[in-house]
Amino acid sequence: MDVPVVHICTVVPISLTVGANRIDPAVAIPHPLGNPQLSPDEEFILRRHIVENALRALTTDINEQTVFEMP
Amino acid sequence: MAEIRVVHYLNQFFGQIGGEEKADITPFSQEGTVGPGTALQKELANDIKIVGTVICGDTYFNENIETAADKITSLVAGFKPDILIAGPAFNAGRYGMACGAVCKAVHEKLTIPVVTGMYEENPGADMYKKDVYIVKTGNSAAQMRKAIPALAKLAMRLVWGEVLGSSAEEGYLARGVRKNVFHKQRGSARAVAMLLQKIKGETFVTEYPMPVFDRVSPRSAIKDLSKAKLALVTSGGIVPKGNPDHIESSSASKFGRYDITGVNDLTKETYETAHGGYDPVYANEDADRVLPVDVLRQLEKEKAIGNLHNFYYATVGNGTSIANSKKYAHAIGEELKQEKVDGIILTST
Repeated sequence: MDVPVVHICTVVPISLTVGANRIDPAVAIPHPLGNPQLSPDEEFILRRHIVENALRALTTDINEQTVFEMP
Repeated sequence: MAEIRVVHYLNQFFGQIGGEEKADITPFSQEGTVGPGTALQKELANDIKIVGTVICGDTYFNENIETAADKITSLVAGFKPDILIAGPAFNAGRYGMACGAVCKAVHEKLTIPVVTGMYEENPGADMYKKDVYIVKTGNSAAQMRKAIPALAKLAMRLVWGEVLGSSAEEGYLARGVRKNVFHKQRGSARAVAMLLQKIKGETFVTEYPMPVFDRVSPRSAIKDLSKAKLALVTSGGIVPKGNPDHIESSSASKFGRYDITGVNDLTKETYETAHGGYDPVYANEDADRVLPVDVLRQLEKEKAIGNLHNFYYATVGNGTSIANSKKYAHAIGEELKQEKVDGIILTST
């Protein structure tokens, strides 16, 4: 079995240190996939972008630890 | 001789500003000692004085590492110190990262000795032990009484310019520096002696410890997302309201597995966080901010993904030991393999 994992997290250096291979940078420690400053609709769009970026990471072949910056 | 000037770095908690609700606080300084600085001062020689304390919130620091380190360095410089002491941070991950980064930046820019203290599993230890002297401490502030004298002792030796012995002798984390020394016994004799000790089941100290590489090779990408079954896992402590498994707010002793069949949105009435290491307000308002069930259900409906696995896994990543984390990861991985999941989204706070 060959199951890729993507790590969505805010503090990318910690993720690199502990050895995650696919890393999707997030918004903030208490709300990695949200932003309470935004309206609910805008916040949902932001979250969708982060998840889509995670899916991009899961469908991209890599040879080493890779941080998938938001396109 | 003139007085030796020390600056002490602390986070919002030890700086007596507040807990997680103050973790966003930007760097500032004040004269003299704060919190553990008082005990630290008592352990230092009479002519060594903590002249100022710089405080910064852990969340602010970790979300703005470069800006925060610059600002803190200039606040430190304002006191014209001879040495910087940071922490100790014990096993607090963000605090450890901050102590390490602050020490490194101050050492590079102000060229003064720096020292901090933390537990060896703190992510900040792994990240900064090559750059900074890190005194080995226990894993929680309950060890403060032991940590402070050790930190003070190494700080004094550094500021006096004394030649330090090995990490084992001095009690700091090994920095990966090798020094040539003459030994009264030659290598072959030492190797045979060590082998005999090993055979007899006695304890011995290796002269060349193997590095611990905890890495897995990257797995292949998912070929066809529209057919893929994806699973959600989080260390952010998202649990059904009421925390039915009583997952601890720190040093979690377990993980939970929760059914989300038919759940399209996590609401404040139905889900919350059990995590005690970050401000829970935002996750309690809307747990999708940590575990994006709503978005994945939408993608499932649009057939952009095959489906979302109807169980998610959660634990609290707050002071949780590496050994336990590995254990949970293996157990969760095994179950997800049985369920024939094609990809995993792991979220952390």
